[in-house]
Parts: sequence; C-alpha cells; structure tokens
Amino acid sequence: MVIAIAIVRMTDLLAVVMLTGIYGLVSASFFVVLDAVDVAFTEASVGAGISGLLMLAAITITGRKEAPKRHKPLISLFVVFVTGGMLIYGTMDMPYFGAVDAPVHQHVAPRYIEQSMEEVGIPNIVTSVLGSYRAFDTLGEVAVIFTAGIGVMSLLSLPRRRKKPQTDDATEEQMHERHMVVRIVSKALIPFILLFALYVQFHGDFGPGGGFQAGVIFAAAIILYTMLFGLDTAQKVFNPSVIQLLAAVGLLLYASVGVVSMLNGANFLDYNVLADDALTGQHIGILVIELGVGITVASVMLSIFFNFDARRQALQNNNKQKGEQDVSRTL
Amino acid sequence: MLAHLPILQVVIPLMAAPLCWFLNRSKLVWIFALLVCSATFINSVLLLIEVMNSGTIIYELGGWEAPWGIEYRIDKLNAFLLLIISSIGTVVMFAANTSIQKELSEDRHTLFYSLYLLSLTGMYGIVATGDAFNVFVFLEISSLSAYALIALGKDRRALWAAFQYLIMGTIGATFILIGIGMLYQMTGTLNMSDLAIRLVDVGHTRTVFAAFAFLIVGICLKLALFPLHLWLPNAYAYAPSIVTAFLAATSTKVAVYLLIRFTFTVFGISFSFTSLPLQDILMVLGLVGVFVASITAIYQQNVKHILAYSSIAQVGYMIIGYSINTSTGVMATLLHLFNHALMKSALFLALGAVMYRIGSVQLSQFQGLGRQMPLTMSAIVIGGLSLIGVPLTVGFVSKWYLLIASVEAGMWPVAVLILLGSLLAIVYIWRIVEMAYFKPPLPGRDTVKEAPWTFLGPIWALVIANIYFGIDTRLSVQIAQAASQSLFGINP
Amino acid sequence: MFLGLYNYWIVVLLMMIGFYIVIAHGNLIKKLVGLTIFQTSVFIFYISVGMVERGSAPILAEGISDYSNPLPHVLILTAIVVGIATTALGLALVIRIKESYGCVEEDEIQKLDQLNEEKS
Repeated sequence: MVIAIAIVRMTDLLAVVMLTGIYGLVSASFFVVLDAVDVAFTEASVGAGISGLLMLAAITITGRKEAPKRHKPLISLFVVFVTGGMLIYGTMDMPYFGAVDAPVHQHVAPRYIEQSMEEVGIPNIVTSVLGSYRAFDTLGEVAVIFTAGIGVMSLLSLPRRRKKPQTDDATEEQMHERHMVVRIVSKALIPFILLFALYVQFHGDFGPGGGFQAGVIFAAAIILYTMLFGLDTAQKVFNPSVIQLLAAVGLLLYASVGVVSMLNGANFLDYNVLADDALTGQHIGILVIELGVGITVASVMLSIFFNFDARRQALQNNNKQKGEQDVSRTL
Repeated sequence: MLAHLPILQVVIPLMAAPLCWFLNRSKLVWIFALLVCSATFINSVLLLIEVMNSGTIIYELGGWEAPWGIEYRIDKLNAFLLLIISSIGTVVMFAANTSIQKELSEDRHTLFYSLYLLSLTGMYGIVATGDAFNVFVFLEISSLSAYALIALGKDRRALWAAFQYLIMGTIGATFILIGIGMLYQMTGTLNMSDLAIRLVDVGHTRTVFAAFAFLIVGICLKLALFPLHLWLPNAYAYAPSIVTAFLAATSTKVAVYLLIRFTFTVFGISFSFTSLPLQDILMVLGLVGVFVASITAIYQQNVKHILAYSSIAQVGYMIIGYSINTSTGVMATLLHLFNHALMKSALFLALGAVMYRIGSVQLSQFQGLGRQMPLTMSAIVIGGLSLIGVPLTVGFVSKWYLLIASVEAGMWPVAVLILLGSLLAIVYIWRIVEMAYFKPPLPGRDTVKEAPWTFLGPIWALVIANIYFGIDTRLSVQIAQAASQSLFGINP
Repeated sequence: MFLGLYNYWIVVLLMMIGFYIVIAHGNLIKKLVGLTIFQTSVFIFYISVGMVERGSAPILAEGISDYSNPLPHVLILTAIVVGIATTALGLALVIRIKESYGCVEEDEIQKLDQLNEEKS
C-alpha cells in the first residue's frame, strides 16, 4: 500500500523497480496469509524475481530517470475515481471477506475439495485443478508464455553476432575478477538452485509448486550465472537456438498429451485413458504436462533475458564504437 | 474424429505454431501455415454444417463435465464466427509469402508465421469456449500475438502504436478479468451457461451490476468502439500489410462476438437491456462513432488511415444493429460482421499489393495507379462501393437489414442517420478513386507494374465473394438469421 | 458491515493507484510498472474471494476439513503468468522504442511523430 504510493511519487526508475520487487514480495506474503501458498510461491518468483530482473535489464538500456510531469493529471484522476467508485459500489453487495457460506464455496469448488483425491489422486488440490480439471486453461497459459517468447524474439533478436573485439573481453574479464567472492559463492549456489527447481518440479503433486514455479526458478539460476559470467559464457553453455527449440518442445509435449488421449478414444486432455488405471493415468498426465510447462517457461524466460541482454551489449558496443570515432575525429 | 471437431479447430493451429520452428525455411513454413489454415477452414465448415443440422455441440475438455471442467460449446453463432475467421485467415495467408518478403527481414519470417497462427488460435479459442475464464486466457494469446505482429511494421511508429495497443488492450483485459471475478464471486461458477442460470438469483445485486459494467467497458476497449478507439488507427496503419488485412477483418469481430455472447447468453436479454440504459448508450456511441470516424477518415492522407477510421465507423454500424435489440437488428450485425470482414480484407490486401509495388500507401502516391495497376485498383473500387453499401455488393445487404431493423423498431431517425453515414463513406472512397483514376501518373516514377498473382488471386477471390454474397444472399442471411433467432430463443 | 468488506476496499485502492500510474504517467516503463500493480491487485481480489475463515491451504492432509477455495488460486496462477508475459513483451517494445526514438516519454514521442509528419 505505502509502497504503491511511493512508486507513484518516485521519478528514479531504478528505485521504482526495486520497490516493485518489494511490492511483489509483500503481495506474495499477503497470499500466504490468505492461504494461497501456490500463488504466493509464483508471485514471489515472478513479481519479486523475474519481472524485476527484466525491468532492470530494460532500464539499463532506456536510462533510469523519469522526466518530471508536465501534463495535468486531472482527467486521469477523474477516470480513476469513476472506476474506483464503480468498484466500491460493486463491493457493497459482496459476501463478507472469509465468509464460509459465500456462493463461491457452495458451488463447483466443493467437488474439487471432496473428490479430487478419488478422481485425480494427488493431495495438492491446486495442482489437480490446474493440471486436470482445468488443464486446458493451463495449456492456454503455456501458449501465452510461448507467444510472449516469440513476440520478444521478433522484436529484439539480432542477426547472428560476429566475434566481439578483443578489448571488450578484457574489460569484462576484469570486471568479473572484481566480483570474485560473489562468483565463487554463486557458483556453489547455482547447482543447489537447479536442484531445488527440479524438486519443485516433481514435488508439485504433494506440496506447493509445479512446472511453472520450477521453470522460473531454473531460469533465474541461469540468469544469475549470466549476470556474473557474461552473456557469451552463458550462451556457450546454453545455446540460444537450442533453448528456442526447447520452448517449442514444451508446448508440443503438453498438447501431444491431449492428442494421445484423443487417439485413445477419449476427449482432449482426458488423462484417464493414458494408463489402464484411471488414477495412474491422471498421474502420468499431470507429470508430463507439468514437465512441458516447466520446459517452456524456463526456456522462454531465458531466451527473453538473453535477448534483452544481447541488445544491451550491442548498444554498448555501438556507443563505444561511436565514442572511438569521435575521439579519432577530434584527433 | 467428427466428435473432436470443436477442439481440433483450436489445437491444430496451436500445435502448428511451435512446429513452424522446426521447418525454419521461409517458403516451407508458408506452405505449412497455409495448409494449417486451410485445415482449420475445412474444420469450421464441417462444424457449421454439423451445428446447422443437429444443433449445439458440447465438448468436454479433459472429460470433466462442466462446470467442473472447461467445455466447448459450439452453437450457430460461434460456428458462424469460426467460419468467418478461418476463411479470412486462409485467404490472407495466400498472399503472406509475397508480401512479407518485401516488408520483413528474412530472419523474422518464421516468427511471423508462428505469431499469425497463434493469433488465429487465440481467436478460435475465444469464440469456441463456453468458459468465462478461458475466454480471458485465449484473449491474451490473441492480443499478445497481435501486439507483436503490429510491432513488426517497418515504420518506427509501428512500435509506438503497438505499445499503445498493449496498454489499452491490457487495461481492457484486466477489466474483463475483474468482471469475471465478480461474477465468479456471486455465483461460484465460471461456465457460461451455468452462469446464466445462477445469475438469475443474484441479478439484482450491485456486484453483478458492477461486473456487467466492467465486462462491457473491457470488451468495448477491445472493440475499438468510439470513444475507446484511439489505439486502432495507428496500429492498423503501421502494421505490415498482411497483418492489417488479417486483424482488421477478424479481431474487432471477435470482440463484437464477446459482447453479444456476454449480454445475450450470460446475462440474458432482460438483464442486459433493462438494468442499464445500455441500449441508449451504445446506440448513441455507435452513431457518434460512425460520424466522427467517417469525417476523420475524409481528412486522412494515408490510405491505410482512411480505411482504419472507416473500420471504426463500421464497428459503429455493428453496434447500432446490436443495440436495436431485436432479432433482425442482431441479424444485421452478424451479417455485417461477415460482410465487413470480406470487404476490409479485400481492401487492405489490395493496399498490401500497392505497398508491394510502390512501397507507400500515402494518398498522394496513388496518382495514376488506376491505369498502371488496373486489377488492384478496380478491386479497391469494388471494395469501396461495398463499404458505401451500393446494391449488388455485400455492403448493401447488411445496410439494408440494418435499415429494416431500425424501421421495424420504429427508430426512424436512426435509419436516416445510417443513410447519412453512408454518404460520408462516398466522400472518402471518392478521394482514393479520384487520385487513382483522374490524376496523371506521378512524374519521375517508373511505370508501376500490376501486382503479382499471389496478391491478385486472394484479392479477387474476396472481391468476387463480395459480389456473390451481395447478389445471392440466401446462405449468409440464412445462417445469420438462425444464429440471431437462437439468441432470442425463437425456434424457426 | 464495513469490517466484512475492508479487504476488498484496500484492494480497490491498490487497483486505482496502479490504474492511475498507467494512464497519468508519461514514462513508458512506469506505465508498465503501474500495469503490474493494477494486475497484482486484481489477483489479490481473486484470492480474497477464495479465502475461508479458519480454512487452510488447499493441500489435502489428515485431520483438516476446512480448506480455502482452490479454484481462484488456479485462475490466478494462470493470470500471473499472463501478466509476466505481457510485461516482458511491453518491456521489449520499450527497448525498441528507445532505440528508434531515443526516448521513453510519451509526450516526447508524440512530438517527434508530429515533426515527422509535418516534414513528409
């Protein structure tokens, strides 16, 4: 709340981005208070993690100062007040917060709570709704991520880069030397983060977690690596074109589960027919689609970040070259 | 296999989009994408036949029955919409290869086709689904791909247009999300037909009223209804030609569909049109939209801008038909959806051909093109006539039913205003015609060759469709009538 | 009655702050930040709807009978993903805008465009 207001007032974008991260973290803890652990997990990794990182990468390119305001905010204030008034008006007849007898808890949801164990067979209800009852929404969500991935690529991807000048490597090397301690610590950390991601990936059935969160954590680990060791080193390990293909593979994997169940004579994404026993079928189905989600999310996040970073470097190189030209001209 | 038609419609392009990456050769990807589009087209034809013969098809995804799972519910209305989208998507795709070779760099081609297919997926998904939240998810697929497609435009203003669209579109989508959330809160369900049943009990609450307001405003943002249209002209003008032709013919139609779906099916006619002065508000906005947009169109220098503003005006007509709130009115709207898709895609494709040859669509550059690109220009003339609503074109048919509907409902002034609006269309179309046919060719420019057949083929296919459905109205009218009557619960 | 609804009102306030940033601010990155806040507050609204008093997280365990509603959680998981996708695309656009216009302020961009049109 306070943070949000602070964001309005700030003109330093770096601080704004930092605050947005904190805002993400605060809302994540708010979700925990509201018993939504899965959502909290996601919001923490996305709101406080990935989106902050991306925004940081963006403001290194665009500059961090916001111009002081020059236009009158009156009309916007008016629109905001009308909308807000409408919302408050809408809340008047809402069932009270936390009320047990609200319609939301009477219809549809009880079946998930009471029968998902028999029908899907995993304790985390959120995962069973996400992965089975409403699996098609999740497929859509993966498609959204995939779309964003290609969208960013179509905007930012550069033609294959030529070898960079030698001097550049040297300076970068120096910079990395300075952060020796950080590098060693994180080098030790990264494997654990990756392991944790795998744990989250496969443990989603029982506790909070699942493909999406795992994908984000996985990507975050590699992004950390990239930040410390430079884009080039990272891309040597994680080839960008392979990553792009992996994004496609994840989505395809998900959708083909649906196709397989169709071929087995059931409806799209009906896991019951994947094995002899309906419950085993559900297990396999959810496992595979979560894997698909994880692969796509991780690789899309990575490729988005790589694209951002490559742009930044290209820009810096250009500036440097320009600078050198200017120098030679003055000479 | 026939039982899976509804889901195949969406899944085919969805799976094809990532597959594009494995081909990675521009021409190959194009052929593949074209095949995929045609497959969805055939699929939608089969679906429509099936629905017309045996009524609504329900498909339960994951085998979970609604409202616990997500269901696809194909009735006459969305089968018709699917057909419109898939046919335009396919025809436009024919010209894509030629056009993007001029307008996009080689390494963007595969990405372009992927995005195009995803955009198609999103629209099919919105139209086919019977679940309110699923609408939101697929809405975002289609919007995100639309932003990216628009940003592919060469001009740097394309980027700015795409960004504006992104902001407006996301606000719209978030409004829709708020609306759906409130509905869910009051009813505990997300399934549309289930919502319809359960809303009856809580229809009087202020929350439902607010939900309704948010949904309508959110949809109208997507719809580019005046005065929420500001993102549209630049987005259409600076996007690559193919993208303009595709989006102009389809994306606003999907929003109109959503409006109809939510007001008629989910909230029910009695709620939608009595609890709010919705009818009057939309009627006025529609009429004002027609006039403001048409007049603005007259003063534009960029032909794409002219047509973009004319699109906003046409959206106005659709909303007028809708807000008359009779079976005939809605039928006129549906007809206009179909007809406008035909004429706008023909016009924008023809502009794409002009762009291909002379690299610009500024009005001043059109001088003398009438003789140099006779086939393209005559296509623009016929498309323009259709836009005005001259008899023997599709434009006439929908305007005619719109007039009938307003007269039937006793709204004479509306009928007069519709006619006046058409007069304005004559002015802006005439400016193009005058430039192309009655001005000498630009001095100092080499003779411009006629557009290649890959353009002319789809353009003329659309033009002929324009004339055919203008003369033989049985098919389109029959479907539109059936769809609108089913909305009003009249059994033919 | 006011106590029962306070949570929603806070959410509404947050939404409006986000919404205000989106429409009133000229800096494109700031607009995206506003959009994020706007969306996040809608998420909080959904989750609040699913909250049950004395309920616990919807992971089945022995001895617990009241769970909060899992459905909003699922919806919001999806919506968060959609949100980050939009943000990423928006940021990519901003970067391109910066490269081709040299600035990220709304009014400056509009000025540049007008200049351009007058020239041509």
